[in-house]
Amino acid sequence: MIQEPLRIERALRKRIETGGKCLVPYITGGFDGYIEAIYAAAESGADAIEIGIPFSDPVMDGPTIQKANDIVLSKKVSPLDILQEIRGLDIEVPLAVMTYYNIVYRFGLERFANALYESGISGAILPDLPLNEAEHWITAASENGTETVLLAAPTTTDKRLENLCAQSKGFVYAVGLLGITGVRAELARSAVVIAGRCKSITDKPVLVGVGIGTPQQAREVSEVADGCIVGSAIVQKLLDNEGPESVGSFVADIRATLDES
Amino acid sequence: MAMTDPSSDGRFGDFGGMFVPETLIPACEALEEAFRTAWADISFREELNTLLADYAGRPSPLTQCERLSEELGYQVLLKREDLNHTGSHKINNVLGQALLAKKMGKSRLVAETGAGQHGVATATAAALFGMDCVVYMGEVDIERQALNVFRMRLLGAEVVSATSGSKTLKDAINEAMRDWVATVEDSHYCLGSVMGPHPYPWMVREFHRVIGLEAHEQCQKTLGRNPDVVTACVGGGSNALGIFSGFVDTEAELVGVEPAGGAAVFRGTPGVVHGSLSYLMQDEWGQVLEAESISAGLDYPGIGPEHAHLAHIGRARYEKVSDSEVIDAFQLLSRTEGIIPALEPAHALAWMSRAREELTGKTVLLNLSGRGDKDATQMMDLLG
Ligand SMILES: Cc1ncc(COP(=O)(O)O)c(C=O)c1O
Repeated sequence: MIQEPLRIERALRKRIETGGKCLVPYITGGFDGYIEAIYAAAESGADAIEIGIPFSDPVMDGPTIQKANDIVLSKKVSPLDILQEIRGLDIEVPLAVMTYYNIVYRFGLERFANALYESGISGAILPDLPLNEAEHWITAASENGTETVLLAAPTTTDKRLENLCAQSKGFVYAVGLLGITGVRAELARSAVVIAGRCKSITDKPVLVGVGIGTPQQAREVSEVADGCIVGSAIVQKLLDNEGPESVGSFVADIRATLDES
Repeated sequence: MAMTDPSSDGRFGDFGGMFVPETLIPACEALEEAFRTAWADISFREELNTLLADYAGRPSPLTQCERLSEELGYQVLLKREDLNHTGSHKINNVLGQALLAKKMGKSRLVAETGAGQHGVATATAAALFGMDCVVYMGEVDIERQALNVFRMRLLGAEVVSATSGSKTLKDAINEAMRDWVATVEDSHYCLGSVMGPHPYPWMVREFHRVIGLEAHEQCQKTLGRNPDVVTACVGGGSNALGIFSGFVDTEAELVGVEPAGGAAVFRGTPGVVHGSLSYLMQDEWGQVLEAESISAGLDYPGIGPEHAHLAHIGRARYEKVSDSEVIDAFQLLSRTEGIIPALEPAHALAWMSRAREELTGKTVLLNLSGRGDKDATQMMDLLG
């Protein structure tokens, strides 16, 4: 079993080659209306979509994503339920899951990789599985072409960064600040710095995530990065019951702002 | 030989590791390096030993229990960690980490706490060294350990309520890790047990090794031999590893005691949370379950990775006790020896009390990891 290779990377490159900036929205899987939100984001200019699989102890996540997680978990939605629902999607935009390693470990590495494949999911982002511990998962994932996106942080040393960029698939996820997910009033300077550091050593797409919550912040960081990931600001719309359409129009806003520059 | 250093990837057998966000990897690696250097440095050891002696009051005594031995029908010895400054074993680890943090140029200590003993110890060390201190504590625990919350604030620490999930120790750790992810440049995460990412399980055990070293020597003096059984309560497992380390290479049987509602070895399966691979209470999908225990300090669904290893290779054995057995043991020690124990070590005593028959004719060493003042209000409500 192997999927069309490098689906995420190719989709992002396509955007970059035409002079555009990439936009990857994050949507909490299992939340009311999330399937419609995925469609809405895809139709509004997302280049890839990250789907969160809730975990009981998400240490990289701030209050917004934690809250959405808790709501999904309280409804007893399982990771498999989410993967099976995604399986039915008719969507061109490539998908990645974002979850924590224990979900994968408990599922079984190969079984999880196969489940992703069967659901048509191209990538995996596991924020608590650093490169040092990732070998087994990367092996299992690459068996069927799943792209494991690695995270680079402001604290990452130059030597690690090189190794990390070399091994990341799909894109390099540059963590924009020292901290957890959540909307911030201003773009952290560290976002531009880490994007620049990654760009100088890799030709893979470099996207900044964590702390990007407005169209302006997206544009600002994309002056250096190839694009960004927007999570909490989108999930907040779902939490506020603004519905999947609001996710679509917000993604369209960011898309338009990115395209202006 | 058991209880040696972990492998270079932070493993005790199959367990352990460094499962943390990339942001924290450089900090964990720097901490490992700093600890390795300090631990091999005689002047660091001397500085720490002086603090342990002159500030914390070490060595802690070994008490032979006449009336309790009579009541249980076998010989009982207590290692008196309850007599340390701040009232528990936690100070051993905290003084070590705070000294190390100071040498690493950190100005702020972040900690989680369950019963509040580790939080109080950390707040104490922060006051001693003139460092800032923030302690995360589950909302439920803040209520049942009000005295310790007051002590921490009195010592100058900020106590922050963890309101997510089960609102107990597990969630306090999540919040402390989230804080550390944002403040890693000037803050040290002063983790309170033998868990978390490498090097914590190893480093915290080494800082508690003093319990086992002293107890071993004291047993030779008092008994002229080793005890037959060494027992301790296990939340994350730091006081247990501290005392086990002194006897792991003897014939003594090692018994860790968990609360029935947080029995990671009995009810757990291998899983990854809070930075390491160990036994964990989780559902079929890997969602971590909420522990439930009368004791805030043991209210944790996991266990330190080295305990998972010791259980796996059969060098230590793990038992579980119910809340009501603990309440009986709490009163038993108070009544027979004039020592009010913390609810945590009362777990180990509860097992000893239940296992009377098995233990007849043996000599049992119990690590009395803390004193019971903090539990007085809770027990007053229960016992009336
Ligand atoms: C007195 C006492 N003993 C034991 C524990 C549990 O910790 P550990 O299992 O790391 O020894 C605590 C934790 O708060 C405690 O206060």
